[in-house]
Amino acid sequence: MDSTSISIALSGSGGTGVMTAGSLLLDVAARAGYYGLMTRTLGPQIRGGEAAALMRLGVAEVTGPDDTYHVLLALDWGNIERFAAEIPLNAESIVISDPAHGPVPEVIASTGARLVEIPLGALAATVANGRPNMVALGVLTALLGLNLEHTTAVVAAELADRDDETLAASLGAVQAGFSAADPCVCPVTLAPPARAAGTPRWALSGNEATGAGALRGGVRFVAAYPITPATDILEYLAVHLPRLGGALVQAEDELASINMILGSSFGGTPSLTATSGPGLALMTESIGLGIAAEVPVVICNVMRGGPSTGIPTKSEQSDLNIAIHGVHGDAPHVVTAPTSISDCVFTTQWSVHLAECLQVPVITLSDQAMGQARTVIDAPAIVPLNGQRKLATTTVEHYERYEVTADGISPMALPGTPGLEYTADGLEHSPRGTPSTQAAHHQEQLDKRQRKLLQFDYGPFWADIAGDGDIAILTWGSVTGAAMEAAERLRKGGVAVKVIAMRLLSPALPDRLADALVGVDRVLVVEQSHSQQFLHYLRGHFALPARTRTHARPGPVSIRPAEIMAAVDDLFQEA
Amino acid sequence: MNTTEPTRLTPKQYKSDIKPVWCKGCGDFSVIAAITRGLSQLQLPRENVAFVSGIGCSSRIPAYSAVYGFHGVHGRALPIATGLKLARPELTVLVAGGDGDGFSIGGNHFMHSCRRNVDLTYVVMDNSVYGMTKGQASPTTASDWTGSKLTPEGPGMPPFRPLEIALSAGANFISRATANDPNGMAEQIVEAIRHPGFSLVHVLCPCVTYRPEQQELFKARAHADWQSTTERAEAMHRLADDDGYTTGILYQGDRPAFMPPPEPRATLEQIETEFRI
Repeated sequence: MDSTSISIALSGSGGTGVMTAGSLLLDVAARAGYYGLMTRTLGPQIRGGEAAALMRLGVAEVTGPDDTYHVLLALDWGNIERFAAEIPLNAESIVISDPAHGPVPEVIASTGARLVEIPLGALAATVANGRPNMVALGVLTALLGLNLEHTTAVVAAELADRDDETLAASLGAVQAGFSAADPCVCPVTLAPPARAAGTPRWALSGNEATGAGALRGGVRFVAAYPITPATDILEYLAVHLPRLGGALVQAEDELASINMILGSSFGGTPSLTATSGPGLALMTESIGLGIAAEVPVVICNVMRGGPSTGIPTKSEQSDLNIAIHGVHGDAPHVVTAPTSISDCVFTTQWSVHLAECLQVPVITLSDQAMGQARTVIDAPAIVPLNGQRKLATTTVEHYERYEVTADGISPMALPGTPGLEYTADGLEHSPRGTPSTQAAHHQEQLDKRQRKLLQFDYGPFWADIAGDGDIAILTWGSVTGAAMEAAERLRKGGVAVKVIAMRLLSPALPDRLADALVGVDRVLVVEQSHSQQFLHYLRGHFALPARTRTHARPGPVSIRPAEIMAAVDDLFQEA
Repeated sequence: MNTTEPTRLTPKQYKSDIKPVWCKGCGDFSVIAAITRGLSQLQLPRENVAFVSGIGCSSRIPAYSAVYGFHGVHGRALPIATGLKLARPELTVLVAGGDGDGFSIGGNHFMHSCRRNVDLTYVVMDNSVYGMTKGQASPTTASDWTGSKLTPEGPGMPPFRPLEIALSAGANFISRATANDPNGMAEQIVEAIRHPGFSLVHVLCPCVTYRPEQQELFKARAHADWQSTTERAEAMHRLADDDGYTTGILYQGDRPAFMPPPEPRATLEQIETEFRI
């Protein structure tokens, strides 16, 4: 039977070119009309460590991993034991390896997967300067029934700026692999692509999608300090911001980054920084400054395993606590999270919109699994959300920058506006902005800053909701893809399951979730954190049914649809 | 036709109506006097000036002036000012702070602001003590100063030499003034604002509460012996011999200021087209 998706892991030592081969394979599939997702798993080494391109190709958009891999192609076995857990195999899977690299390690052999030996290195050596990763690309082209001409064209495009010998070596190696693929039989056959004619498609990474969303939202100033896995957002924006008349500054550290964007935004320019856990920790004091001084900024935190330096190259959802609670004092701000790579575009744009409308810092939580994955998606629709600040423009005798208003939003004067000069302040202040220690000023400013977040109409965007039923899966972030797939499979088996993926994590809107949970009596909370951060946050702020269970575990191993199905099944079986 | 001359802005018109929290006789009073005098001399429209600060006695200055201001957190005034200037290059951006704010918690930003050379004027009020937290040693405190309960044996480290570090890091305008001479300070501030790129005005500014001896000391020892040089080696040589009390403009280099953003040359649609396959 034709399958709607196929999963392939391409592994090897760092520097063998598995990421290049994987990325090219994704492009070849895209040319054939397929969609796909390629996640990276890497060790911390710059070269010589372990690496795998984890691919899933599909007839429709792919938003998460499958339960197992159909194919593992190993360029070598270097350090495979370090990441074999991230590549689940079973007896239906095939493992393609080069006999020159020795027997299949026990950690792989014990899965029962069928072994096919192809001498990738020897085949590469038949071509001058041929490389095994290009042989692997040829093997996979044939194995998946993809078009060799597409592969040739993709390789040629990739090497457009290189010399003819390099191109000839790559194409020769691809051909050698393609011809040698006969011994392999793919466990599944990919059904023809299902995409609607004329729909433009994009190929991009989650971090590029975040960059695109920032540009759509109107961000024109970025300051940041490089950190894995957020740096690609900055690399994207460094190229494209200047084309739009904006600027990116590589700051000396994260403390400078957040303060630079507070300064630029104080000047009127929508501004953003991108970082990961340790960087967010460094920024928290000044996020509080943005809250007190009511300066809109967006902080995109691409989560990785923590605490401390943790696992910089791999994914987790464990920065929820610091994003919501990290700032000292009573510090209401907005926390959002994209639900897919495609949604990184929308959620980042929406985050800029919220920051500008509410004059508040917004932290948006992406993660490594989304940020450093490359995908093929339908081009995201243009959404008319470009928040404008409520500005003060008319001279008044005593301008009150922090005027106590009914909606909590105070008209903001931009430098250059005559007659409204004021000082923004992180010290508690009177409505005019004058530093104050008076109880009444503190109370009314705290009330105002909280009120503006709670009175705002967030529209339908607070969550992505799918399906219906008396069981609901409650989740957030990159785990949403697996949760949606689990629910879809359960529905096909006759079990009605609703999925609620929260995009607006803070402020808490208990009434919205209560409405979404009408008719639901059992809830499964799914998250990739060890201490069940999402569950505890929900319990603190929302009314959950008595029968609420959790499926939580840390990264970096992806949460897969089958385990969510099993957890739902357990909940279903409960008396 | 309106023939009336525009009214000249007096120094007083650059002051706000907020009463300073400073101690009577604090050197910071003379610094705000010098700054408002300088702004008046340049006749900068109030709305086109922004004054950024961190935390500390001296960092209260923005609230006491009648221009736009941003009173931030400890040590981060320079990055805030950098972002503001790059987003709004037409504004005149001033930065105020003390020796602790600028050279201790904000020391990294100080060095990198000298390197980056964004067009900012940084006025540091140096009294070699933390006044707002009641009298601890600062980076510029002498190693044997035992006046703080936190370092009863003295800091035990040589004092930070801000002008040498600024010059080494690439600052292109470096001067020193004293609070006893607000006119001289105002002249330096005017020149610092006129100078394109990062400019440092180091002010010897007595703390009357925790270092009362400084009032007489600065008066007695300050000597206006610096004439501006454009030779970096000469400036370095002078600093090597400096007793810490020489005033005047030390150095004016010509390294170009960090560029503001360019004009747009593409549309969002064009940029997004590059994702298409």
